[in-house]
Amino acid sequence: MTRAWPPPGTAEARAPHPADRGPLDIDTDLVRDWLVQFLREEIERRRGFRRVVVGLSGGVDSALTAALCAEALGPAAVLALLLPYRTSSPRSREHALLVAEKFGIPTRTIDITRAVDGYLDEFEPEAGGHRRGNVAARQRMIVLFDQAFKLSALPVGTGNKSERLLGYYTWHADDSPPVNPLGDLFKSQVWALARAVGVPAEVVDKPATADLVQGQTDEEDLGATYPEADLILHHLISGRGPDDLVEAGFERKKVELVAGRLESTHWKRHLPTVAMLSPTAIGEWYLRPVDY
Amino acid sequence: MPLDIAIAQFRPSKGDLDATLDGCAGIIRRAAGAERRPRLVVFPETALTGYFLEGGVREQAIAAPELFEALNARVGEDADGLDVAIGFYERDAAGIYNSALYATLGPGGGILHVHRKVFLATYGVFQEERFVEAGAGIRAFDAPPGRIALLICEDGFHSVSGTLAALDGASIILILSASPARGAAPGAGVPGNLVRWEALASAIAAEHGVFVIVSQLVGFEGGKGFAGGSAAYDPHGHRLLAGPLWEEAVLPVRVDLDEAARARTEEPLFSDLERSWTRLLVNSPGSGVRRPAPDGE
Repeated sequence: MTRAWPPPGTAEARAPHPADRGPLDIDTDLVRDWLVQFLREEIERRRGFRRVVVGLSGGVDSALTAALCAEALGPAAVLALLLPYRTSSPRSREHALLVAEKFGIPTRTIDITRAVDGYLDEFEPEAGGHRRGNVAARQRMIVLFDQAFKLSALPVGTGNKSERLLGYYTWHADDSPPVNPLGDLFKSQVWALARAVGVPAEVVDKPATADLVQGQTDEEDLGATYPEADLILHHLISGRGPDDLVEAGFERKKVELVAGRLESTHWKRHLPTVAMLSPTAIGEWYLRPVDY
Repeated sequence: MPLDIAIAQFRPSKGDLDATLDGCAGIIRRAAGAERRPRLVVFPETALTGYFLEGGVREQAIAAPELFEALNARVGEDADGLDVAIGFYERDAAGIYNSALYATLGPGGGILHVHRKVFLATYGVFQEERFVEAGAGIRAFDAPPGRIALLICEDGFHSVSGTLAALDGASIILILSASPARGAAPGAGVPGNLVRWEALASAIAAEHGVFVIVSQLVGFEGGKGFAGGSAAYDPHGHRLLAGPLWEEAVLPVRVDLDEAARARTEEPLFSDLERSWTRLLVNSPGSGVRRPAPDGE
């Protein structure tokens, strides 16, 4: 442990400001060790698994997750699943393979097009891009969990805190794996950690996309950049109101947009609502932790 | 007078009492057989079960004598005369507590003190008041190594805890902690909660001229990481050692008990406190003493 002056704590230093990104700065060495230990303990010690499967999309979240898993468990204990749909960008596949090669992680490609289209083409041919994206995301989880079962492995999730807070994911799909190392890191923190861990620059620096619809980018969908949204989210969930942020110089339109998404998606961050009938209702009265 | 202490930065086998007791006993036996045998081994808060049990405290809580017997049965004669401080969920007729046991092991030994956590953390990630009762007070007690007080985690966040322990004569304050890691700002190289602990523990030590030993839990529980980073502070507030992050460790520390007297002479803050304490209490809000209004009001 190194002895250091505590971080600045004056009221001025803590006041929100659009140009002050200090609240999102992380010690990437510390966080890297932290998450590697987390993965070892939650996967091996607590749950008794030796292997994991990760869906490798070609984006930075899954690249970083796979890299951390490889560091925690050894690359041979990780299987990266490439799960393209017919509309997926070929560049995504190239990037996924680049990441796998960089970290020595074995891969398997399972094209989900027939599985997705088997349902949609026969029963819902009119479904638009959004619905097709959701079906593809859920199909990916079917494959991920089935492969995990086959290999006695644990599926590892890749969702970050920005997506979780904005509700920018498919419910019971991207968020379903039982262990997730990145869920408390904002997207801009994921980028910082990915650079520190050595994720290839092509993957870190490209525009973030869910790759559900051709040409789509997250930031166009959201109406704000991740660095903007992350800072606003940080202050909102730290107890500042939207008006406080506008007064501090944040753009009103973006504050309202981010706050609106945050406030309309609380349901998405919870398990399904169960009718409580008894004083032994699970998770309400009968309370036991996940690792008990 | 030199005193050797071993800080056991420990990872329990959560929910498996027998395996955890075996782990504790192994550490105690190894300490007892060490070339420089410590007089005291200090485990963290809830070392016997892990911290986040929610309603599971009902199944995992045990009585203090039961814990003492279970440890004694496992360590055998090897540890005769060795003292141990260990955190556990305690069951007695009145309820369940987050407690710390202090005992001398062996047939000539016995339980010297049980401290029940007074300040139950119930905010954010913490839910202690839902599941355990609060302790009634903070007292020092005489033990073979000297006069000692036990605090448990948030007890140490309130400066009055260290004050009460020192006023009751403690020259060594053992803080048993299970502090979930949070905060990763650049600068310190450790999680933010350990930066806070450094400030708290060194302040208690320096203000009262006492040794402060902080034994931290290690391991992950449902995503919450206990980072370790145990530490010891001399009566000037200087850190004597720091435990590693994320790993179990047994950390030997030798303290010179005479240093407490030297520190108190050099900077007599403690005697100032002793002299003023009663007067401060009598004149404090809530004391029942009505103070005259200042002139003109």
